[in-house]
Amino acid sequence: MIAVRHLSKQFVVSRRKSGLKHAAQSLFHREREFVQALNDVSFTIPDGQVVGYIGPNGAGKSTTVKILSGILTPDSGECDINGRTPWKQRREHVAEIGVVFGQRSQLWWDVPVGDSFDLLRDIYRVPESRYRANVSELTERLQLESLLRTPTRQLSLGQRMRCEIAASLLHDPKVLFLDEPTIGLDAVSKLAVRDFIREINRDRGVTVILTTHDMQDIEALAQRILLIGKGRLLLDGTLEQLKQQYGRGSVTVSYNGGDVQVLSGLEIVQQEPGRLTVATDGTREDTARVIASLTGALSITDISVKGPDAEEMVVSLYREYQV
Amino acid sequence: MRKYVSFFRIRFINALQYRAAALAGMATQFFWGGMLLLMFAAFYRSAPENFPMGFQELSSYIWLQQAFLAMLNAWSFENDIFEAVSTGNIAYELCRPMGLYSQWFLKASANRMARAALRCVPVLVFASILPAPYGIILPPDAGTALLFVFSLFLALGVIVAFTMVIYIITFYTISPTGVRMAAVSAADLLSGSLLPLPFFPDGFRQAVELLPFASMQNVPLRVYSGDLSGQAAAWAIGLQLFWFAALLVLGMWMMRRALHRVVVQGG
Amino acid sequence: MKLYAKFFSLHLRSMMQYKSSFFLMTLGQFILAFSAFLSVWFLFDRFHQVDGFTFEQVLLCFSVTLMAFSWCEGFFRGFDTFSSTIQNAEFDRILLRPRNEIFLVLSGKIELSKIGRLLQAFLVFLYALPVSGVEWNVQRVLVLLFMLIGGVCVFCGLFLIYAAICFFTVEGLEFMNIFTDGGKEFGSYPMSIYGDGILRFFTFMVPIACFQYWPLLYLLGKSDSLWCMLSPLVCIVFLLPCWGFWRFGVRHYQSTGS
Repeated sequence: MIAVRHLSKQFVVSRRKSGLKHAAQSLFHREREFVQALNDVSFTIPDGQVVGYIGPNGAGKSTTVKILSGILTPDSGECDINGRTPWKQRREHVAEIGVVFGQRSQLWWDVPVGDSFDLLRDIYRVPESRYRANVSELTERLQLESLLRTPTRQLSLGQRMRCEIAASLLHDPKVLFLDEPTIGLDAVSKLAVRDFIREINRDRGVTVILTTHDMQDIEALAQRILLIGKGRLLLDGTLEQLKQQYGRGSVTVSYNGGDVQVLSGLEIVQQEPGRLTVATDGTREDTARVIASLTGALSITDISVKGPDAEEMVVSLYREYQV
Repeated sequence: MRKYVSFFRIRFINALQYRAAALAGMATQFFWGGMLLLMFAAFYRSAPENFPMGFQELSSYIWLQQAFLAMLNAWSFENDIFEAVSTGNIAYELCRPMGLYSQWFLKASANRMARAALRCVPVLVFASILPAPYGIILPPDAGTALLFVFSLFLALGVIVAFTMVIYIITFYTISPTGVRMAAVSAADLLSGSLLPLPFFPDGFRQAVELLPFASMQNVPLRVYSGDLSGQAAAWAIGLQLFWFAALLVLGMWMMRRALHRVVVQGG
Repeated sequence: MKLYAKFFSLHLRSMMQYKSSFFLMTLGQFILAFSAFLSVWFLFDRFHQVDGFTFEQVLLCFSVTLMAFSWCEGFFRGFDTFSSTIQNAEFDRILLRPRNEIFLVLSGKIELSKIGRLLQAFLVFLYALPVSGVEWNVQRVLVLLFMLIGGVCVFCGLFLIYAAICFFTVEGLEFMNIFTDGGKEFGSYPMSIYGDGILRFFTFMVPIACFQYWPLLYLLGKSDSLWCMLSPLVCIVFLLPCWGFWRFGVRHYQSTGS
């Protein structure tokens, strides 16, 4: 169980204007600016949940993850993960979590992956039997056999990411932090990674906290979404709830006759000769209403319906909250 | 020329950016120069008659060396040039509307001057208020001062031309670090940056003075105080000119051959 | 310790992927140290002695300092290059491991090519041992051992401070080179030659003199005081404030990037 209460964190950034004169001035005097990275953030995550933690760049996502994983100390607030405060009992805490940074590697560059795994076993003091069982299970699920003997530098990005994820699960963590786990991966690898995360959550009951910009990750995995912007927690709910509230769909028709002018009560998104796209609120009822009035006014040759799209939904969310 | 000035400006601003680093760097140089002088003073006490140059001249030498360290040292290389060579990004650089040799040459010399410009003034001001014979004093006359400036820029030319040769050698080797270290340690000793050349044993010293390394520090720093003057100075500066030209020609020739190789290999 | 051995073997194996580069770098280190030796030699060729110390005696001091320094440079490499560890957020990863962070930084980088310099220092050391005029006995051998340990401690402590400063400035401060590189450079000679003020500073503030000048007096029979014999132990105590400053830095760590 993860319980976060009133977490706040401030950073100091020094800045100066461009130009030679200001550069010289800044030698002696420097303007400082405080950035509120986190502002009174509270939430609770029960064991075994997969949570999507989303927000635009600079919203405070990584700051939160870094505090929860014991890297940073907050200015104020409490955090309790399985009975421990991460930044106070760092070593005990990190022994029970796994972290994957999509953009950085924790594997040794020049030695075979298997050797990196062995090293992690020693760092985390994983009992030999446990370690063997884990390696063989992970090897099978992620198809790593041939990779274990390959130096990291020779792996493709997709192969490396599979190894990274395996590496962070060797010590049976109870909580797994995934930071952009699918960034830069091809479609096949993305699916493999998502499937595996789902399995590991289902079979081992690992709590997963996923930060990503890829809404397909969220759609495929997250049972719950936390939206953060400008250091504040803006939204907390399931993807379905969000869709109902913020989702938008559309109906696009091609037509060869009829009068567009007579349509009323419809929000036209795009209009070209012989082609028209109309917005819906994403529900079935509204879609039916729109289709009805379109077929009434135009002689339609083709029609296509689009449901709420997570990507667009997030854009409109960000816009609404002005983050 | 405009490109050159704007490049210099950016480097200068960049160097200013790191305030703490700049101030700390100056403090380091005060300290370094001071410790060196104290060390020489100890040797001076043990046998003043064996001291090969006036102590005042030595002080000027040491402080000038500290002030222009960033400009004349042998160890600062442009890392992006090494990277361009080893990663093959050199292909992009070849697309720019400027010869590769002159481009790198300007880049390296601008960088050195920008870093020195920031630091030399405070070091020199500090050194000039120290009590004699530990401080720096003005050159004996205006002619010497002019000669010093001329020789200083020649020294910059020689050292940059030398580093260019090193960059180009890395086209051919698997371990740029090894080549670099050998070059740096040779230059460090033979240019008079560890120990001024007059302190070298006779015989060996005369040979070293003919090498290009002596043109990098030894000549300008000794011309300033008048330790090197008259015919000896003229000879030394002539040698600087020779080495500058020779290293330029060598570098350009090697560059042409190396690029030819790159093109042939299709890299 | 077993874990350190594991790290060590991984470093060795990484290194062996680039064998020729490794040997060239080791050679380079050797030559680099050689020019420092030459300049000491040139000076003594001209002046024969300094502040009452002969060439051979100074060489003993020179080699002890250089050995301690290059040992630290090789095995404390992680602290020497700590600003890059912070800049590329590798330190985040270190904090995510359930082990002591100093240990992990320590074992995360080992620069074996510094062996070139260590070897050079060791050869000078072997040469200086018999000719330095020390009448060797058990106490003196023990003091020599203390000197080496003390030297390693002082340089380790300095590297630790150097690294801890990066928590606040991100960039490493060139200023600290005064003590690290400067300690190596100026520590080649007994600290007394720089005058009383400097000697006091390098005794009480940064105890470099405590592993060379003072115990050297004891070795050469110039002093029999207990202080001279045991001063290298001060160097071990020096580690405490350094460690405290490091802890202070870790608490103020602001991870960079996202």
